[in-house]
Amino acid sequence: MLFAPADVKVPAVPIERSPGYWSTVWRRFSRDPVAMAALAVIVLLILVAIFAPYLAPADPYRGMTLRRLRPPGTEGYPLGTDELGRDMLSRLMYGARLSLFMGVTPVFLALFIGAAIGITAGYVGGWVNTILMRTMDVFFAFPSVLLAIALSGALGAGIVNGLISLTVVFIPPIARVAESVTTSIRTRDYVEAARASGASALLIIRKHVLGNVLGPIFVYAMSLIAVSMILASGLSFLGLGVKPPEPEWGLMLNTLRTAMYTQPLLCALPGVMIFITSISFNLLTDGLRSAMDIKA
Amino acid sequence: MLSAEEIDNWNGGTPPAPAKLPPALLEVSGLVKHFPLKGGLFGRGQGVVRAVDGVDFTVYTGETLGIVGESGCGKSTTARLVMQLIRPDDGRIVFDGVDVGGPKLPLKGYRAQVQMVFQDSYASLNPRMTIEESIAFGPTVHGVSQSEAVARARALLDRVGLAPQRFAGRYPHELSGGQRQRVNIARALALKPRVLILDEAVSALDKSVEAQVLNLLLDLKDEYGLTYVFISHDLEVVRYMSDRVMVMYLGKVAEIGPTEQLYRASRHPYTTALLGSLLSMDPDRRTTEAPLAGDPPNPINPPPGCRFHTRCRSAEALCSEKVPGPTRIDGEAPHYAACHMADRTSGHSRAPARSPV
Repeated sequence: MLFAPADVKVPAVPIERSPGYWSTVWRRFSRDPVAMAALAVIVLLILVAIFAPYLAPADPYRGMTLRRLRPPGTEGYPLGTDELGRDMLSRLMYGARLSLFMGVTPVFLALFIGAAIGITAGYVGGWVNTILMRTMDVFFAFPSVLLAIALSGALGAGIVNGLISLTVVFIPPIARVAESVTTSIRTRDYVEAARASGASALLIIRKHVLGNVLGPIFVYAMSLIAVSMILASGLSFLGLGVKPPEPEWGLMLNTLRTAMYTQPLLCALPGVMIFITSISFNLLTDGLRSAMDIKA
Repeated sequence: MLSAEEIDNWNGGTPPAPAKLPPALLEVSGLVKHFPLKGGLFGRGQGVVRAVDGVDFTVYTGETLGIVGESGCGKSTTARLVMQLIRPDDGRIVFDGVDVGGPKLPLKGYRAQVQMVFQDSYASLNPRMTIEESIAFGPTVHGVSQSEAVARARALLDRVGLAPQRFAGRYPHELSGGQRQRVNIARALALKPRVLILDEAVSALDKSVEAQVLNLLLDLKDEYGLTYVFISHDLEVVRYMSDRVMVMYLGKVAEIGPTEQLYRASRHPYTTALLGSLLSMDPDRRTTEAPLAGDPPNPINPPPGCRFHTRCRSAEALCSEKVPGPTRIDGEAPHYAACHMADRTSGHSRAPARSPV
């Protein structure tokens, strides 16, 4: 052939590089004060959860009936004590571990499984799509709370079973988003061009599809974390998730329920934590979504 | 399907013109693609869209074959079928004498030799990849090392008129339409193909940029010995670029022949009407009457017989009954028209008189 591209002299000038997509997203995200505040709250919560043993002023498991249900502000117990006389601040700190874990893990598990199902269905199309997506639709027939309760009820109480049932609940919506995004990407000319270059389906998915679909799927999954936190707390509240005496916000809300009339402020504390965490995740997701919505 | 011999003998044995053409590089015969319609129970088809319905043509080495026709006539589907991006329902594609997709020429090998440039310059580049990554992707698929592929990408960028140090690290949205189409051309060339299918490749560009890109394409063709299949709705651009032109109507070939001969003396009334829609530079020869009325019929239920008979001024009863086959027009180079009026034996009142034995 007449081709000899190696012969063409390319001057040894350094190539000018544009900032990549993600650095642009970060630049836009960092200009959003609400989203940055939400990020700060979440980072703080994660740090507290990790370093709870060093930060907590007392043992979250040791109670004393003599000092039951002290209101917040009591000396030595800044946020009061619960119905068994355990330090609320310490229990809330330790509770962040389980609550965050129970909220985030199912979403990430569902992200992997759901994205795999959705991308496969979207890229392959045809009857594969029909089988996978109609199966997912079966799960949509049940309200997510009911499905989670039914699954953990059937599997039995416990952290692992709670995680499994929540993961199952979140797979279908993530798969559906992944499928619709992939379907729209699949017919783009650059995917056609990649096929025209002879690349295999797996290589095209890895190089051309994933980079363009993971962003939207990830944002959607992030928005599910808040839902997951609330569902996980709900399961624990119903006695289907975390079992006593483990500190978990949903479970704490349940056990403190009895003190609602005597110590309403104390009783509301775990709920406030759940609220702050889930709204922070929601605001973070909103910020991320608008930061990623780059109009070229 | 007709063999070349049968086609030559179609109108009563006109002696074939002395072959002066270069060897055939791409031979397409009996290409059919019907898209099933969605709907009905279980999404089962209620009829099909006959997008491409029996198309035969040959692309000779080193030439440019222009393909023209209205929107929806099957130009782009033909391109995608030839590129094997969609599977034909029927038909045969032979590349350089070998069946495409057969044991001797698997798809991957074929795809290194035939490449395509799409109309939408933005949609055909991955927005998350830099320009050089996009161009280097193809060669790495075919086993070229990453560093060599990047070197090739930069050299090609330079060749298509984009300074590598300025453009290689950029993203598609930072480039103009003309620049992006140059990138797409470089990307198609990165695999060192022999055939380039240009599907409305310059149609979305403004006129001055379009001219530059067309001239670039002509230069690249000479330099790398390429063969082009040039699809456009712009008759003037096709005339400028092409050695031969194929006119399509409703999924079929209406006429195919050497550019100048076809533009000067078209033999299919559809071609004549299409050329009649060209605007004249001379104000005294302004177009006063629409050369053709109405829209093309629905490709789901194409009219019987000649597909053009519903809009043709010379249509006769025969035209709605019998499908006209490709008829060889006298002349040096192969020129075929699928019209009863071109066929001595058809019985159409305006067909040329039978030659006296």
